Amino acid sequence: MGTVTNEQDLLEGLAKNDRMAIETIYKQHYNMVQSMILANSGYPDDARDIFQEAMIVLYEKVISGSFELNSQLKTYLYSVCRRLWLKRLSQLQRVSPEVEGLEERIPVEEDLEKHEQRNRDFIVMEQAMNSLGEPCKSLLEAYYLGKKSMVEIAGDFGYTNADNAKNQKYKCLMRLKKIFSQIKK
Amino acid sequence: MQDTTLLDAVERYLRGEMSPEEKALFEHVRNTNPEVDQMVVEHSLFLEHLNQYGETRRIKTQLNDIHHRLAETGQIEQSRPAIVVTLWNKYKRVVFVAACIAGITALAISGLVSALTPKVDKAKIEYLDRRLVAQDYKLNKLSTQINTAGQTQTAPESYGIGGTGFLIDGKGYLITAAHVVRGATRLKVQNPIGEYDAHIVQLDPHADLALLKINDTSYHPFNGLPYGISKTSAELGEELFTLGYPRPDIVYNKGYLSARTGYQGDTTTYQITIAANPGNSGTPVLNNDGDVIGIVSSTQQNAQGMVFAVRSKNIFQALDSMKTDSALQKTDSTLSHLHIPLNSSLKGLDRQQQIRRIEDYIFIVKRN
Repeated sequence: MGTVTNEQDLLEGLAKNDRMAIETIYKQHYNMVQSMILANSGYPDDARDIFQEAMIVLYEKVISGSFELNSQLKTYLYSVCRRLWLKRLSQLQRVSPEVEGLEERIPVEEDLEKHEQRNRDFIVMEQAMNSLGEPCKSLLEAYYLGKKSMVEIAGDFGYTNADNAKNQKYKCLMRLKKIFSQIKK
Repeated sequence: MQDTTLLDAVERYLRGEMSPEEKALFEHVRNTNPEVDQMVVEHSLFLEHLNQYGETRRIKTQLNDIHHRLAETGQIEQSRPAIVVTLWNKYKRVVFVAACIAGITALAISGLVSALTPKVDKAKIEYLDRRLVAQDYKLNKLSTQINTAGQTQTAPESYGIGGTGFLIDGKGYLITAAHVVRGATRLKVQNPIGEYDAHIVQLDPHADLALLKINDTSYHPFNGLPYGISKTSAELGEELFTLGYPRPDIVYNKGYLSARTGYQGDTTTYQITIAANPGNSGTPVLNNDGDVIGIVSSTQQNAQGMVFAVRSKNIFQALDSMKTDSALQKTDSTLSHLHIPLNSSLKGLDRQQQIRRIEDYIFIVKRN
């Protein structure tokens, strides 16, 4: 099956963070999701949010190695978006009839539960980062997310040497941990 | 320092950057020292969170970027205008009929309302000072002067109560409402401790705020104030209280914020529902934490309990413009050191304790 191998490639690309692969998936499936949401009292902005969240769910599933192509990518994305949109609708309390089913769905509840847990952690970390203030925020981001070396960071932030930057990073990290655990409670 | 080194070691261990010997040594430490072991586990979990955060953020940015590009190059549909147009075409007639019905109904109702409403004067606002009382005193004073003219110049001066004021700096700076003191030549302020001479530093009639300063040798400056002056907006429904001088004894009242805007939608004021009487002008309005959120200014005639308070934010604005006024700087050199308290030390206290702490900082403002 040509499409299956093709989709397998795309998913591997997604896991490896390959922009072309992500763009291809986006191009192939976005319109379908948008028409489903527009037909069910949504707006294009809703469609974008929902589709992107579904892409993140897919990404999380792929990197955890648990995505098996026993269904088409299209079916999977559609099912995830449908559930996400139903949930959003109930939160927004927009007047809406049942979301019209266009095709068969596959169960995605388990994936969404995992995703929600990750999303909660993401929000907590985001809040913690934002309340950290500068230069801590940028420093930690450069080291842990940007994977820059302490020598580079010392240069970028104007510390006299890498040891001083490391010291500062340590203090910042301790503060971040504290705020993180506080918010999480 | 030791902690830094340890954390560094943990991170290098988790990233697999250690040499085999170092790794063996570290694992030995980890095995024999439960605290280190716990730190490794806990830190690896936290780094996992941090990594996931970074990943998610990266992919979110990338997805947005892709969406933007695909939409721009027309590779995905952008259907916002389309849906509006189709909806419009579909419901044009319905909308037209609905608009006609709404228009007719609105006209009919407003006609009915205006026909049935008894003719009354438009609500007016009334300042809560004792201007009339003050005017009486002025007349009295004049007549006394006339009576005593030629006899002696030491006739005691008489003052009428104008309103209430409160300290914003323990050095002796008070805020009151501008209309309380406008046109006064002599001022006295009085708290439970004593009575002091004061003068007007600046008037802002537009915001209805006045800055007064006590210039009396018998005044002992306070170190700090118990309440803070809030820079933020108060919440609708927030519980509020006032301490002021509608009569020679201090009077406590409580109520709530009933509208975010004041008279005729004035956004520099709040509407509060609280009992206020002449003499309450200039009274601080505090929330449960002891932050001053407003200053009583006026009331609407024929509307019980509807009081307008100037937002405390305006104090800062008024003072900022004063601080840049060079003429004012020359006449009052301490003005630039004016320190407004932002934080209240009254949080969590019960109301009686709060009142006891605040009382001395609130003054009767008397004018000639």
